[in-house]
Amino acid sequence: MSAATAHPRPDEHPIAPYLRMDRMPHIWCPTCGIGTVVKCFATALEEADVDLDKVAITSGIGCTGRVAGYMKLDAFHTTHGRAIPFATGLKLGRPELQVVVFSGDGDLAGIGGNHFIHAARRNMDMLVILVNNFIYGMTGGQNAPTTPITARSSTMPFGNFERPFNLPHLAASCGATFVSRWTCLHIRRLTKCMRMAIRKKGFRFIEVIAPCATLYARLNRLGGGLELMRFYHDNAEIRHGIDTREVDIGYQDTIVCGNFVDDERPTFLDMMTSHYEEVLGERYVPMPPEGGWLHD
Amino acid sequence: MKTDPKGVLTGVHYLDGDYACGEGAMAAGCRFVAGYPITPSTEVVERISQRFPMMGGTFIQMEDELGSMAAVAGAAWTGTKSMTVTSGPGFSLMMENIGLAAMMETPCVVVNVQRGGPSTGLPTMVGQADMMQARWGSHGDYQVIALSPQSPQESFDLAIDAFNLAEIYRVPVMFMMDECVGHMTEKVVIPEPDEIDIVPRTLSDKKPGEYLPYEVNGRPVPDMVRAGDGYRFHTTGLTHDERGYPVMSAECQQLNVGRILNKIRLNVDDIVRFEEEGMDDAEVVVVAYGITARVARMGIELARKKGVKVGFLRLVVVWPFPEKRIRELADRIAAFVVPEINMGQMVLEVERCTGGKAPAVHVPHAGGGVHDPGAICNEIVEAAR
Repeated sequence: MSAATAHPRPDEHPIAPYLRMDRMPHIWCPTCGIGTVVKCFATALEEADVDLDKVAITSGIGCTGRVAGYMKLDAFHTTHGRAIPFATGLKLGRPELQVVVFSGDGDLAGIGGNHFIHAARRNMDMLVILVNNFIYGMTGGQNAPTTPITARSSTMPFGNFERPFNLPHLAASCGATFVSRWTCLHIRRLTKCMRMAIRKKGFRFIEVIAPCATLYARLNRLGGGLELMRFYHDNAEIRHGIDTREVDIGYQDTIVCGNFVDDERPTFLDMMTSHYEEVLGERYVPMPPEGGWLHD
Repeated sequence: MKTDPKGVLTGVHYLDGDYACGEGAMAAGCRFVAGYPITPSTEVVERISQRFPMMGGTFIQMEDELGSMAAVAGAAWTGTKSMTVTSGPGFSLMMENIGLAAMMETPCVVVNVQRGGPSTGLPTMVGQADMMQARWGSHGDYQVIALSPQSPQESFDLAIDAFNLAEIYRVPVMFMMDECVGHMTEKVVIPEPDEIDIVPRTLSDKKPGEYLPYEVNGRPVPDMVRAGDGYRFHTTGLTHDERGYPVMSAECQQLNVGRILNKIRLNVDDIVRFEEEGMDDAEVVVVAYGITARVARMGIELARKKGVKVGFLRLVVVWPFPEKRIRELADRIAAFVVPEINMGQMVLEVERCTGGKAPAVHVPHAGGGVHDPGAICNEIVEAAR
C-alpha cells in the first residue's frame, strides 16, 4: 500500500478514514442506497491502492450530490449539472489527478446531460459514478429523465409518459470506454467493477440503481427499502458484454446489470499530446503533470 | 514575481483588442482557457489556441458557456491561471458558475466583449449594456472586480492586471471589453518578460490537517491550496464555515457572505482606478469607459472650444465604482454627463453617489454604433447652463 492510502483505527468503521467523520450523521434517509454506493467506492479505492492525495472528487446538486462532501478527498460540491465540466477543468489543469464525478441521475443526465455526452465523446479521463433512483429526491420526488414509463412522480401524478434515458447506451454510444450498471444489492460486484474502473483510463461510467424508499417507492406503493432490495434480487439479470441497446429499464421490469463495455481508446489528453507532438514537434511544450502554475 | 517568458510575445505589434487581450492573458501566466465560440469575442480564443501549445497551455472548446465557466473554476483550483471568453448571450449562461466561483473564492478571469443586446441582439455590433450584469448578474450577494479597456494596448495591460487582481482578492474578475475596442487594430507594445510583474497564487504554508480552506485570521482573503497537494480539503457553493463545510444558518450566512463582500468593500481604495483630465477648473465632468471614453474625448474638445469648463473621469476599474471620488466632485461641480452605449446603467451609479448634489445627465445609445461626439458636446453645453 502506498503511504497515501488510509488505514482505520481498530475502533473505527473500515471506511472511516475515507470519510469526513466530522460531518456525520449524513443527510440520507434510512434505506437510501447512496450510502451503500459510497461504501463500495471507498472499498474500491482501498483495494485499487491509489494515491488518495491525487484523487479529486466532484459532485453536483441533489441527494447524491452530497457524496463529494462526505469523502475525505479533495472534494468539490459544485453547481447543478456542472460536476463533469468542473472535473474537466481539474483534469486539464493538473493532468496527474485521478478525477471522480459522483452524482445523481437528475444532475448528470438531466440538467447536466450535455456535459455528459460531450465528456464521453472526448473520452475525458474521469470516472463517473451515477446513482439512479429514478426520481429527483432532494426536491421531493419530481419526474426525472430516468423515471420509467407509467411510474408515478410528484410531477407526473398520473404516471410518467416520457421515455427515459437508457444511460449505459447513451454513454456507450457517445464513446465511453467503460460502461456498467449494478444495483445497490450487488455490493461485491459493484466494488469490483469500481476497482476495475479506477485502474482504467478514459471516460468510465458506472450506473448504480439505488432505492429511494422515501419518495420513489412511496409514490409508487412499492414498499420500503427491504422490498426494493428484494425486487433487485428477483429482477436483476447479469449479462456482461450485452449490447447496451437492450438494457432499457421498464417500470418494475428486469434490470439488466453487468459490465457492458470495456475498451481502450486514447483520452482527450493522450490525443492532444500525441497530435501536437506530431504536428508541432519540438515546438510543443506540454503542460506539466502537476499543472500549469508558476513557481516562485 | 516575474512572469513565465514563454507566454510573452515581446515587441511592437499591430493588434486588435481581442488579440491583445489574449496576449495579455498569456503574458500574465494564463495556462488554461475554456470557451465557446461567440462573436465578437472569438478572436481572443483563436489567438490563444494558436499559441498555447508552445507554452504549456491547454485550450478546450467546451459544449457551452455553462461548461466553460465550470471548467475554468475547476482548473483554477489546480493552481493553473484560468480564463474564459464570451459575449452577452454566453455571459448570461456563465452567471451560474460565476456565482460558484465567487462563493468558492476562485481566482479566474471572464472576458466579455460586449455586443448589442438583449438576447441575440446585434452579434457583430457594439454595446456596453452588460455593465450591471457584470456586477449583479448571478443571484445572491457577492462582489466582483470589473475592468474596461479603451484600446488594444490597454486590453493587453489590463488583462495582466485582471489576473493579478483575481489572485489578490480570490474573485472572478470581469474583463468588460466592447466590440469596438475588441475589433479595433492599433499599436500594442509588449514589454520584456522581466518587466511584467505577476501575482502568484498565495498558497497556504500550513500542513494538511491544520489547514482550513476559509480561515482568515483577520485578513480579508484566505490562503489557497491546490487539488492534488494532499490537503483533502472540501469546498462548496453552499453557505460554508472556515472548514468549507456547509452550515445552514443565518449566522453562518452572515459571516460567509459578509466576508466575500467585505474583502472588496474594505479594499475599494486599493482597487478603484480611474484617470482624470482637466479637473482643476471643471464645472461639468464627463464620466465614461471603454470605446465611449474615446468618443467622449472628442465631445469634450468640442465643448471646450465653446468655452465650457469640462473635466473627464475615465473609469478603468468599473466595479468597484469610485464612489468616494464622485462624492467629492458632486460637492463642487454643476453636473455630470455620462455617455454610454446602453439606455442607462453606470449613470445610475453616478447618480447614487452624487446624493442629489449634482445632476447626472445620461447620454444614451441603444447600441450598434458609437455616439456622435456632437451629441455629447451638446449635453455638456446644456449641463453647464
